[in-house]
Amino acid sequence: MFYREAGQFKTSYKADQALMPILQDRIGLSVILVVAFVIIPAFANDFFLTSIMIPFLVFSLAAIGLNILTGYCGQLSLGTGAFMGVGAYAAYKLTTMFPDANVILMVLLSGVFSAAIGAIFGLPSLRIKGLYLAVTTLAAQFFLEWCFIRIGWLYNYNASGAIEVPHREVFGIVASGAEATPIVRYFIVLCITAGIAFLMANVLRGRIGRAWMMIRDMDIAAELMGIRPLQTKLMAFAVSSYICGVAGAMMVFFWLNAAEPSSYSISLSFQILFMVILGGLGSLSGAFMGAAFIWILPVFLKFIPGTLGIEIAAETVEHVTFMIVGALIIFFLIVEPHGFARLWQIAKQKLRVWPFPY
Amino acid sequence: MNALVSEKELEPAGSSEPVAREELLRVDNVSLSFGGVKAITDISFDILKGEIRAIIGPNGAGKTSMLNVINGFYHPQHGTITWQGKVRRKMKPYEAASQGIARTFQNVALFKGMTTLDNIMSGRSLKMNKNFFWQLMWRGPAEREEIEHRKKVEDIIDFLEIQAIRKTPVGRLPYGLQKRVELGRALAMEPDLLLLDEPMAGMNLEEKEDMSRFILDVNQEFGTTIALIEHDMGVVMDLSDRVVVLDYGKKIADGAPEEVQANQNVIDAYLGVSH
Repeated sequence: MFYREAGQFKTSYKADQALMPILQDRIGLSVILVVAFVIIPAFANDFFLTSIMIPFLVFSLAAIGLNILTGYCGQLSLGTGAFMGVGAYAAYKLTTMFPDANVILMVLLSGVFSAAIGAIFGLPSLRIKGLYLAVTTLAAQFFLEWCFIRIGWLYNYNASGAIEVPHREVFGIVASGAEATPIVRYFIVLCITAGIAFLMANVLRGRIGRAWMMIRDMDIAAELMGIRPLQTKLMAFAVSSYICGVAGAMMVFFWLNAAEPSSYSISLSFQILFMVILGGLGSLSGAFMGAAFIWILPVFLKFIPGTLGIEIAAETVEHVTFMIVGALIIFFLIVEPHGFARLWQIAKQKLRVWPFPY
Repeated sequence: MNALVSEKELEPAGSSEPVAREELLRVDNVSLSFGGVKAITDISFDILKGEIRAIIGPNGAGKTSMLNVINGFYHPQHGTITWQGKVRRKMKPYEAASQGIARTFQNVALFKGMTTLDNIMSGRSLKMNKNFFWQLMWRGPAEREEIEHRKKVEDIIDFLEIQAIRKTPVGRLPYGLQKRVELGRALAMEPDLLLLDEPMAGMNLEEKEDMSRFILDVNQEFGTTIALIEHDMGVVMDLSDRVVVLDYGKKIADGAPEEVQANQNVIDAYLGVSH
């Protein structure tokens, strides 16, 4: 009833192949974009931007990156954290080598380095599948983390061993460094995330996206239909790592200001993987939903006792939050193993026939 | 269907006289073994342009192995394969696909997470070539290419009468329809040689009749050469122009359906004889 495509006839293949063929979807997306670009910047305070929205968008982008590889191409990876780290260190090196260059361009360029490294670590995927591949990507995780610690050149031989984002201006506006305002950072992160998500939506509905899904669903049949397995898988590794690299660079440049090797540890890989699985493998909107669940929900839970005026120690709140989020993850995976994206699809189906059961 | 037909040379209508047809594929003395197990021993046969060639035999006779050899999935230890007059070197399956060999599988091997439309579109992969950067933009060349191929795919959807399930994920379709979508996916490759591995396995009579009709139509309308494996003898004898019979990896008969039916070796292989 609320979500019915009746009467929306398509008269050309072009219209039928649009990203959002249904009017209600287009309205929904427009509302989200207006909220993100106008309402949040107008009303949100600095805390909301820096602690909720910016990390949420960074993680969403990383989840999109991993989703390309795991959700669309079927190659399980535990190296996401390390690939994000490569992006971060590459962006740091680039901006210290070329201090006058546009820092946003440097962040976008840094993904190229993680794409190259991702493709190298994707080579075993020709022979190895599933959990075994996950273990080889785990090797990438440990090896790259070791590089971040041991190779001093990567952090310009800092005494602290950490990378600190220098002050950079873009068109006279402070874009990175401690003086950058949250609103500027928010807009940069939002534009990059939304832009990459849109471009990926294009790739995924075309020839290359189909090739990835063919490999995921039935690799032998894909090969017999002319798909070159190695090329296709390496491309998925490269594209996925590029996106993760950009997300990692944004993480340090526009959110944390400084990062040490442990910021890109295996726990980050797992965090992103949980976002992808909970959000829904093979769904771009799922990446956003998963990131929202894993990042935003705990922040809100921590605020509940304070706003209700209940006196609990901060550690207790922390522990209770962990337990609640953990229980919810189990609950949602039992209710719908295919993630929030599938739940949302089911909800849409229900809305379509409401108030009737079918 | 015109768009598809125009790309293939049509067989002259009603040419029942087999006038010295050109050879499309020729298999010479091919042997294939896995360790000590001999799957195929010294088999030779040919497939002529435009015919329907059946490969039959009891279970484990090496029929599917033979198809796997033809489309490059297995590499025989001995023997040569001649494709369109040229001896073929050892090749990968995707190379065989690009030379015009398409196939369907005994156990449906559709892309389960994709819709019927996407599955059939995936058959066009080899014919699409707009690179990653055009795909990123979508507007322009990538979209035009997609629409151009969508038209071809819609022709196939019309031909197979599966318009209603166009946007249904194939995992939800009943078995008979999945088989039909798989045929559509192979047809989308516009192959010169179509290999069908038990296209009618597990179907009821009505579905078999539909599938037989589609196979004949494909052969006659598009002029596609077909090699099929099938266990239903009624179907084989009615559809095929020539039959090759395998048993224990060896060829025991080759010829027109009636000849093969009358062949004592074939009768023995199927009914069993006391040695």
